[in-house]
Amino acid sequence: MKPIVQVRDLTRIFGDSCGRCLEHVDETTNICPVCGSVVACGGVSFDLYPDEVLGVVGESGSGKSTLVRLLHFDWEATGGAVYYNLQAAGSYGAVNALELSPFLKRQIRNTSLGIVYQNPQDGLRMNVTAGGNVAERLLTAGWRNVGNMRARSAMLLQRTEIPVSRMDEPPRNFSGGMQQRVQIAKALSNSPAVLLLDEVTTGLDLSVQARVLDLIRSLQRELHVSMIVVSHDLGVIRSLTSRTMVMKHGRIVEAGLTDQILEDPQHRYTQLLVSSQL
Amino acid sequence: MGYVAVKGGGLAIENALKYVERERVKGGSSPIKIEQIGDQLHLAVDRVMGEGSLYAPGLAALAIKQAAGDMLEASFMVRAYRATLPRLGYSLARPTGNLRVIRRISSAFKDIPGGQILGPTSDYSLRLLDFSLKYETEESYREWLRKFTDDAGLTPGEGRLESLPRVMDLLREEGLLEEPVVTPETQQICDVTRDSLEFPAPRSAAMQALARGETGGMLCLAYSNMRGFGSVHPTIGELRVGYLPVEVTNPITGEPYKVGEVKVTEAEIISKGHGGRKGKPKFSMGYGICFGHNETKAISMAVLDRSIQEEEPSAPSESQEFVLQHIDGIESMGFCNHFKLPHYVTFQSGLDRIRKARTIILEKPQDIIKTKEENA
Amino acid sequence: MLGEWAAAEKPTGGYNFAYIDEGTKREIRRSILKAIAVPGYQVPFGSREMPIARGWGTGGLQITLSIIGPGDVLKVIDQGCDDSVNAVNIKKFIDRVTGVAMTTETKDATIIQTRHRIPEQPMTDRQVLVLQVPLPEPLRHVEPLEAETRRMHGEGDYGLMWLSLYENIALHGEITIGAGYPLLVNRRYIMSPSPIPRWDCPKLHMAETLCLFGSGRERRIYAVPPHTIVEPLEFEDHRFRVENFESKACSRCGSANETYLDEITDDDGHKFYTCSDTSNCERRCRQ
Repeated sequence: MKPIVQVRDLTRIFGDSCGRCLEHVDETTNICPVCGSVVACGGVSFDLYPDEVLGVVGESGSGKSTLVRLLHFDWEATGGAVYYNLQAAGSYGAVNALELSPFLKRQIRNTSLGIVYQNPQDGLRMNVTAGGNVAERLLTAGWRNVGNMRARSAMLLQRTEIPVSRMDEPPRNFSGGMQQRVQIAKALSNSPAVLLLDEVTTGLDLSVQARVLDLIRSLQRELHVSMIVVSHDLGVIRSLTSRTMVMKHGRIVEAGLTDQILEDPQHRYTQLLVSSQL
Repeated sequence: MGYVAVKGGGLAIENALKYVERERVKGGSSPIKIEQIGDQLHLAVDRVMGEGSLYAPGLAALAIKQAAGDMLEASFMVRAYRATLPRLGYSLARPTGNLRVIRRISSAFKDIPGGQILGPTSDYSLRLLDFSLKYETEESYREWLRKFTDDAGLTPGEGRLESLPRVMDLLREEGLLEEPVVTPETQQICDVTRDSLEFPAPRSAAMQALARGETGGMLCLAYSNMRGFGSVHPTIGELRVGYLPVEVTNPITGEPYKVGEVKVTEAEIISKGHGGRKGKPKFSMGYGICFGHNETKAISMAVLDRSIQEEEPSAPSESQEFVLQHIDGIESMGFCNHFKLPHYVTFQSGLDRIRKARTIILEKPQDIIKTKEENA
Repeated sequence: MLGEWAAAEKPTGGYNFAYIDEGTKREIRRSILKAIAVPGYQVPFGSREMPIARGWGTGGLQITLSIIGPGDVLKVIDQGCDDSVNAVNIKKFIDRVTGVAMTTETKDATIIQTRHRIPEQPMTDRQVLVLQVPLPEPLRHVEPLEAETRRMHGEGDYGLMWLSLYENIALHGEITIGAGYPLLVNRRYIMSPSPIPRWDCPKLHMAETLCLFGSGRERRIYAVPPHTIVEPLEFEDHRFRVENFESKACSRCGSANETYLDEITDDDGHKFYTCSDTSNCERRCRQ
């Protein structure tokens, strides 16, 4: 089975790189001792398969959020390659998506990717109605029938347990949990092949968290969408993912089946994480 | 049934212009001479030259008379006149160290090399209306000048001929002032009178737009920054008023050749360093310059120069695009007043919309899913 | 001071033909050609100050002055009316600097400069329509920054614009734009046709006449060449709709939903309607 996303040596450096930062940093630090640049993401490589939920776990500053932003083209990578082998993405599978024009990157994003951010402000337009937020990707994909768009928005909002009567209200009036669910509906509006979830339950009340996690799990089973789930919370990782990568200082220090990583961590850092949380 | 007069626009305009003229002459006072405006309202002339973007005191004075004192109109007339003039050449870009100073102060230091020279300023005058001005005569002017010259023991002629050291150089020598960023973009010399502004605008384009900007608009934005919608917190490093030589390349010898001089006001302000630059902390600066004696504008310009260099604008005065788009007096005045033009066709369209909108009943969102299910 | 005056005191008519110097005319014509080559794209140009104020038609005026020749016949209208004060003022100025023949008859003009209306009579390929534009950027109400709207046009990234139309429909049941309706030109650029009523938008589609748009203050020229596809932004289930004059008629020529009408209330409080395009109304009355 061919992976739908292949990431090779993905790198993002903040600051004026001396050009050899990657040689100078490792798991103990991500600040280059020569030029002071921060290697937020250092040579990350992995594959994502169809219908798979991949976890990325680490503490803050580990580079896991950077990774997701790079995959969604929110930020420019400093180096490396990403290959999207997606039918909807057309013939781009053979090409490094990071080197495409902004126009083509947006096409891939609009047709094949969805993202949910930790902070709803980042993923939603707060002064646009909830239904409008969900419809936005449909509009950019060329939908031109308002009735159809509203029906699809209403269906997605209902599926994410937002009262449809509130479809024409802006999300700034909603609770935190509701805003997250609107984000999920929005991310799914164009039936993406890959859904990126960045700390989506962090900051929510525990009962609300549970509800959001249940929703994500059931959506995945129903739609078979591949997901990358970023979290510092091992409980979230355990409940959603089948495979996991552990990141520290911008590098993957350990990767494998989620159960194995959590029951029998090999790397010192993973052992520290597991023992301190569970 | 009513009949709407659709003729008569031309006659109405002619009559309106006559009425304007009448407002000017009906009082019976003697016509103002252009020289009187040039001499006694010289600060108005300076302002109009600066905003009209043409150094021509006589034309500015004429415009002020023709516009009956409306400074925006007068600047507009000068600018329109400027548009008819062919471009004969370009002056050489020169440092302003050889400005022939008549006024020069610094707020950053108590005293500076060359001294604090107040010059002609009303900063320290009491703003009490002086009724004796009603009774002046040409004779009283002559008498005053004669007394002034005798008391001062001077021969007529202005300024100090030697150039004064720059206060900012004191900070530079100590390494306390940020060096300007030098890139092809910052070195490029644009011409905003010939090209449309694009954003982000190169530095020369921004400076040109500010130098010919409207004093009130620039003051408003700089003031907003000073009050806290922004963070420049300026100290005036140096303010100079004086005469700057204008030089061109001599077509025969190829050497710089002075063709005249222009009176300018120049301001350099000191502000905190740009965040995120490496190394030890330094000050940054802002630069302002304009035609004539107009300190409010030069200081505002210097504050805005610095504030639009903020990399992450958090206030209107920090957004380069916001500032440069809104400080041209000719454009802002024109657009503001254009709303007096008939807009009845567009308004009719709006009436149509609102009348229709009042008849619409919105479908409830809750009903959408029901309808879909029914249709399925 | 007096030295400056020698140059200033030219006799009336001492200006170059059509006021603008030849170099500037060439520059503006080049911008016009570029605009024609890329229909609907806003070409930046070095707009000069004119003796009429910014916001009062300096863009349209610069276009007219750059293309006008001694043999042209000029018509100028504002809100559809030849005798409106603004139209008269512009005609006075152009007369003074060109001496060109003037007309109020649409069919006799070779150049028609207009503010906020397109003449009712269809024009030919021997005529040029010059429209005065106050705000050339159709995306401005969804994105205030010029740097960003230029990118949006360049990348064809019009999602925000479509979203604003969707929001209109969600909140008000229909698209609420009155005049100045956004149009998609040549299936590529979204363009503002200037604040003409919706009634006039269909006239731009596959027209015989070249339409030029000028904004002096914002420094943009754009064009719809003849036989260009021009489509209003609409949805399949919420179509573009022109203004409705069904129950109204012109009190002078009797036009019923055939021309755009002005609504007038007289001193007795009685409301009635007349054609906005005055010369067309007079032509109809003569027949």
